[in-house]
Amino acid sequence: MSNKILLVGNPNVGKSVVFSRLTGVGVISSNYAGTTIEIARGSLKIGEEKYEVIDVPGTYSLDPSSKAEEVAVELLKEGNLIINVLDSTNLERNLNLTLQLIKKNIPMLLILNFWDETKHKGISIDYKKLEEIIKIPVIPVCAITGEGVNEIINRVKDAKTSVYNFNFEENWKIVGELVDSVQKLSHKHHTFSDRLSEITIHPVTGIPAALLILFFTFIIVRFIGEGLVTRVLDPLFNLYYHPFILKLFSSLQPEFLKQILIGKTGVVMESFGLLTTAVYIPVVIVFPYILAFYLVLSFLEDFGYLPRVAVIFDNIFHRLGLHGYSSIPVMLGLGCKVPALLATRILESEREKVITTVLILMSAPCMPQTAMIFSLGAKYGVHAIFMIFFILFVIAVVTSLILNLFLKGDAPELFVEIPPYRVPRIATLLNKLWFRTKGFFSEAVPMIIAGVFIINIMDIIGFTGLIAVWIGRPVAYLLNLPENIVSVMLMGFLRKDVSIALLAPLGLNAKQFIVSSIFLVLYLPCIASFFTLLKEMGAKVTFKITFVILTIAFCTAFILNRLL
Amino acid sequence: MNLTEIKEHKSCRIVEIRGGKELIRKLDSLGVRPGVKITKISSHFLKGPVTIHAGCTELALGHGMAKQIIVEG
Repeated sequence: MSNKILLVGNPNVGKSVVFSRLTGVGVISSNYAGTTIEIARGSLKIGEEKYEVIDVPGTYSLDPSSKAEEVAVELLKEGNLIINVLDSTNLERNLNLTLQLIKKNIPMLLILNFWDETKHKGISIDYKKLEEIIKIPVIPVCAITGEGVNEIINRVKDAKTSVYNFNFEENWKIVGELVDSVQKLSHKHHTFSDRLSEITIHPVTGIPAALLILFFTFIIVRFIGEGLVTRVLDPLFNLYYHPFILKLFSSLQPEFLKQILIGKTGVVMESFGLLTTAVYIPVVIVFPYILAFYLVLSFLEDFGYLPRVAVIFDNIFHRLGLHGYSSIPVMLGLGCKVPALLATRILESEREKVITTVLILMSAPCMPQTAMIFSLGAKYGVHAIFMIFFILFVIAVVTSLILNLFLKGDAPELFVEIPPYRVPRIATLLNKLWFRTKGFFSEAVPMIIAGVFIINIMDIIGFTGLIAVWIGRPVAYLLNLPENIVSVMLMGFLRKDVSIALLAPLGLNAKQFIVSSIFLVLYLPCIASFFTLLKEMGAKVTFKITFVILTIAFCTAFILNRLL
Repeated sequence: MNLTEIKEHKSCRIVEIRGGKELIRKLDSLGVRPGVKITKISSHFLKGPVTIHAGCTELALGHGMAKQIIVEG
């Protein structure tokens, strides 16, 4: 396709929402800067004309200072039409980029997004006048509801290179004059959202607020997750699905095939059948917690809370040689490590990325694994579970402190825009939830099924027994754990949550459970995060990080065995 | 007087930014430049970040950066 439309604008002006509206391609959008890290491409047909639409990462200027901005500048070279998306509630700053874009002499359209918000913020913009002055089409839009999107499509043909002439050295003066002539501000009241914003960003009130939010996140995730498992999915599985499958295949021949499909025993978690364990684990155990976590996370993202956490925790992260923005990938890692590792792209230096990656991988298990530790650990008591998380957290912090000493460079300073709070729309939330759930089923679930299948095959051909002897004995001796821990470790590379689940039949005591849980959280990233890491950081860094983490896992387990 | 010495909720005007070219450019692209009126929203203890309002933009910057922003009440 030769017709390329670029969506360009400041961070967090809603480019991704406009993109979804134009192309029908679902992309994740949130209420904070830097959500778009992967460049999304989609297509749009207007009449007979076909266009490729590119969602360019947000940039404040065309003078590249960060990776995201460099990408934007590179992309400008290939576009032959720019749709410049602006935040109507922050016209002055957004127009600064517009002036820079005008100088590129590429046909352009201007979109004033968040048009609906201008009313209650007491802003009135004469967009027709703006259009007259800068001589390119200006379209007011509310992308999230879809208002004005058809107008964009109708007017793509009108896009033109601006003949607006100005002295670029005086860009801010020009912007000021532009804003003065098209925008009127009426008195703005201090709104509830302003007050809430202050409370959550002020250290005295913000830290308790952050802890409260974290606490409620866990309560809600547990409530929804556990509720779905024990009241809905587990009964459905055990009362209807499982007996039906067992009956259907009970007389299947040959025996080998039967064993692959439904396993040797009728106990779900020990059968390793493709239609039993491989369905039960992802759908019944993991999915409810993933769903619940993403529900809460999506709400916090769209509300605009995450950058405030970055400010609140900047101090603590600074001691680790990072700045507060690293807290966003680390928090995402509480859910799933893969999106968390991708989010490290917003960090500028290699050293920050390495330390943040280590924190992501070590500070806490992912949500499914957390869920498994909670459900299996329940019989050992709350203190056992608490101990696991506390030890993991301490190890992660100590490791980052040491890394900070060894890796050269200064902790960069925080520099982040704080978005206004916006009440998330239910439709957008559900859409995002659907998008992430689809991702889980298309990417993670096949991996789980493959993992269960491989373990079953290895068991059938007796390979597991062989490894158990050769690697299992020394490891088991060293860590004071049963020899079967090795097959669990193998599984753990495929799915970390499953590895914890597989501890259930081993009959561990409390101490063994704590040690093996910590070991299984740490020793290796799961296969999905391993390959993400490889893609993001290259082979050398990936193997270094993996080696460091593996060593720490062994040492920790060894020491804990002597201490506890 | 620099930005860290201003009280919370106080407005002030930027006189000079005593930082490197990069910082000046970064702040400029967000509309924070000499002559502009800003309001300090909060500062965090132990040399934590400072948050300010500049126009319609709310921004958090590290303590070191805030120190390089010279203001007058």
